[in-house]
Amino acid sequence: MTAALKTGASVPRRNAARLVAGKGRYTDDIQVAGLLHVAFVRSSYPHARLKRIDTRAAEDMPGVVAVLTGDDLAKVCAPWQTQLALLPSHLSPPQMPMAQGEVCWQGEAVVAVVAASRALAEDATETIEIEWEELPVVADMAAAAGADAAVVHSAMASNLGLDHTISTGDADDAFRQASVTVEHTFSFDRQTGVTLEPRSILAEFDPRLRQLTIHHSHQVPHQMRDIFAAQLKLPLSSVRVVAPDVGGAFGLKLAAYPDEMAVAAIAVLLERPVKFCADRLEAFVSDNHAREAKVHGRMAMDANGKLTAMDVSVVSGFGAYSAYPRGSVGEALQAVHMVAAPYKMAHLRGRVRGYFQNKPPSGVLRAVGQPIATTVTEQLLDLAARRLGLDPAELRRRNYVDTATATARSAGGIVLAELSLERCHDRLLQLMDYATLRQRQQMHRDKGIYRGIGLAAFIEQTAVGPTLYGAQNVRASAQETCRLTLEADGAIRCATSITDQGQGTSTALAQIVADALGVDIETVEIATGDTQLTPFGGGAWASRGTALGGEAALRAARKLKESVLGIAGALLQTEPGLLKIEDGRIYNTASPLPQMSLADIATTAYFKAHLVALAELPSLEITESFAPRDLPYVAANGIQAAHVEVDVELGTIRVLDFWVVDDCGRVINPLLVDEQIRGGVVQGIGAALYEQCIYGVDGQLENGSLVDYLVPMASEMPDIHVAHVQTPTSATTLGARGVGEAGTVGAAAAIWTAVNDALAPFGVVLSEQPFTPERVLDALAARKD
Amino acid sequence: MGMADLHSIAFMLNGKSVTADVDARLHLADFLRHTLHLTGTHVGCEHGVCGACNVLVDGRSTRSCLMLAVQVDGAQVETIEGLTASGQIADLQEAFTARNALQCGYCTPGVLATAAELLNGEKPTREEIRDALSGNYCRCTGYHAIVDAIETVAGKRQGGAP
Repeated sequence: MTAALKTGASVPRRNAARLVAGKGRYTDDIQVAGLLHVAFVRSSYPHARLKRIDTRAAEDMPGVVAVLTGDDLAKVCAPWQTQLALLPSHLSPPQMPMAQGEVCWQGEAVVAVVAASRALAEDATETIEIEWEELPVVADMAAAAGADAAVVHSAMASNLGLDHTISTGDADDAFRQASVTVEHTFSFDRQTGVTLEPRSILAEFDPRLRQLTIHHSHQVPHQMRDIFAAQLKLPLSSVRVVAPDVGGAFGLKLAAYPDEMAVAAIAVLLERPVKFCADRLEAFVSDNHAREAKVHGRMAMDANGKLTAMDVSVVSGFGAYSAYPRGSVGEALQAVHMVAAPYKMAHLRGRVRGYFQNKPPSGVLRAVGQPIATTVTEQLLDLAARRLGLDPAELRRRNYVDTATATARSAGGIVLAELSLERCHDRLLQLMDYATLRQRQQMHRDKGIYRGIGLAAFIEQTAVGPTLYGAQNVRASAQETCRLTLEADGAIRCATSITDQGQGTSTALAQIVADALGVDIETVEIATGDTQLTPFGGGAWASRGTALGGEAALRAARKLKESVLGIAGALLQTEPGLLKIEDGRIYNTASPLPQMSLADIATTAYFKAHLVALAELPSLEITESFAPRDLPYVAANGIQAAHVEVDVELGTIRVLDFWVVDDCGRVINPLLVDEQIRGGVVQGIGAALYEQCIYGVDGQLENGSLVDYLVPMASEMPDIHVAHVQTPTSATTLGARGVGEAGTVGAAAAIWTAVNDALAPFGVVLSEQPFTPERVLDALAARKD
Repeated sequence: MGMADLHSIAFMLNGKSVTADVDARLHLADFLRHTLHLTGTHVGCEHGVCGACNVLVDGRSTRSCLMLAVQVDGAQVETIEGLTASGQIADLQEAFTARNALQCGYCTPGVLATAAELLNGEKPTREEIRDALSGNYCRCTGYHAIVDAIETVAGKRQGGAP
């Protein structure tokens, strides 16, 4: 009997059944004998010199084992410094696990108390006396850019950490020739990831073996193993990093955080197991932030509505240090280079400057900079459509880049191939019944109901290869590896370098392996997230898991199948080419009866190899690696649409409906892909409407709790309709592109264009994200004045 | 911590009686997780917003981070472990798995406690499900699949079409 193929089927996630039963095993759930707990004293000043730290009272508190400062940890931990080879001006000072001498953001860890419980450790932190000397604070980007600005860190010569330009074609000439030019100013408030499980780490050091084992709520255990080994001066082989179940990551858990380095250092120093779980309040001031940017954008069109040029100037906020090891420039660079990526456009001038600030470092957050570029492009397109008297959908339809087959570069240098923008566009308009919505919009306006329809086409960089970080000399691997083993009982063990925080990539790999080998998916066991059990590779970042980890798995499965059939052929005295594997059994293509099982092959090869009449026994453990080396990444594309209603009296915005048509190439598991898209969309809606880290000019976070920092709730989110166009990429045999960030790349832009479409009768174009009721009402009032 | 800070409590946990001496300041979530090792209850904010720590106390979904352990003296407490063992939310758990109504799974036990309480009443509309879930933050799914899963079970429990 031929088993139904799993690839392309909505196979439920195998871990889901465990998680719904409350049987998740997150870092804080792990029990270790003799475990100690860490609580940090954090700076309440955004910039200050540490004059004196008095820990004596804390040392005498009940349950306290040690009270440690940055100087104490310097004995076992070396400083690190973010450096990007291609951007030598991105100068971030050396960092230590805890501040030494100078604190540069409110929330930076200063003292660690190690005690028998977290509560006792926190009690002791309250007795620690620190004498601070306040230093000038540089909080907002304009202040950081000022000619006489104080520096964020005394080791910095200037707050300017990036000044990068791009020029394609002749933008000035294109603007002179244009029939229509539009411009707008955009502001994107600082956001943070708010993973529901805050950052957590458990470090154990065995002094007898000098082995460090770390359980870490993290996306990239192999990267962290490399970093812990280097900083703590241990051989790589003495460090094991395990990422157990991870309660949300979204890029936030890609960095090496100083307080987490401190926990590892404390374990080595004290030779005791220690744990730290950030609480929500400290998560807000110690997790990496993202998105803070101000953009001025201009767009030029000819009389036929053909996009000819853009001129974009971006200012980006880095925070106090550049995130380690990947740097803090990604947001800013993507914000410029990704503009107009879905469109034919010959001329682009872009400039991006990034400034250090006395705020938490900025780092990776799902879709990195792409939402900014998409928002700027799509909003300017809508403004141009108004000036041209063209429907916004029609304007986009005239401008999509034609890369159905050929490889092209966008004006920003983005490599595009095998796209399907026109097909996605047409499918979207049909799905949402665009024409009817437009008709009704006018009817509603006549009744004083202001609804808006917003479109956002997008390119998503997925399956990112080694050129991104490799060229910067950053040790973040872009290679994914699969080690596939035929177990002695006939089951398949697939150890993968990718990690899965709930996306479902491990289920996708099981589907791919089951089909390629011809075995029941239930016999495929996936091992992931443990540097000791899995081969080296990247982990989870840049929408790469299924596209690249899946490709490595497919290649390994095909080779393992060759090995199995080779051995089977020898045992059955048959040409391997006449044999096939179905449902874990070997069949001769001429006969419907199974000849032997995979367990028979394994048993023979492992225990009775003398029976196999082959000069060399084919290996039943195959390791295959893959990284795209001909392309920097595999671009995916799609389009999103939002339907919103703005209450012009209250300033509130309701998202009525939302649609996405995405092309992530070959869809391995529609159930999981659709939920990746929906989850990403809601994070984009959150960015556009709710999420903001509100800082005073004094560098104090004013809304650092979940009461005050708003994230999307169920009652205010719409149903999200998802459809697919499937254009397999030829960059891999699997054909899958990534999809993890697609929703977030375009959703905020669709909200921008929809809300501003709703407000068009008032001549108002909002320019500051998130669109809080106050901002909506302010904009309406300013226009009325 | 002197003995004076400890208080004796007796309550029903997942259908079995429990007695314990607990520190007055210990909240229920920490008591469940770290004293009783019931780690299915998760802590997301410890200020009563996110709902990851929701458990049922006398049948009502309750923030275990906003309740002190001493306050459950005499109460009936059900955690995800008990709800699972009794089979009373097996249909919800099955629907969540089939519909992929969870990703990282951190919010899920709290969401299920809320859903268990909701489905004890009249069959809710989609909008009522969304309203009921407003006290449970999920950062991964975007909520759509969670609403679908609960709606499916609500329909099945009423004997109607899903």
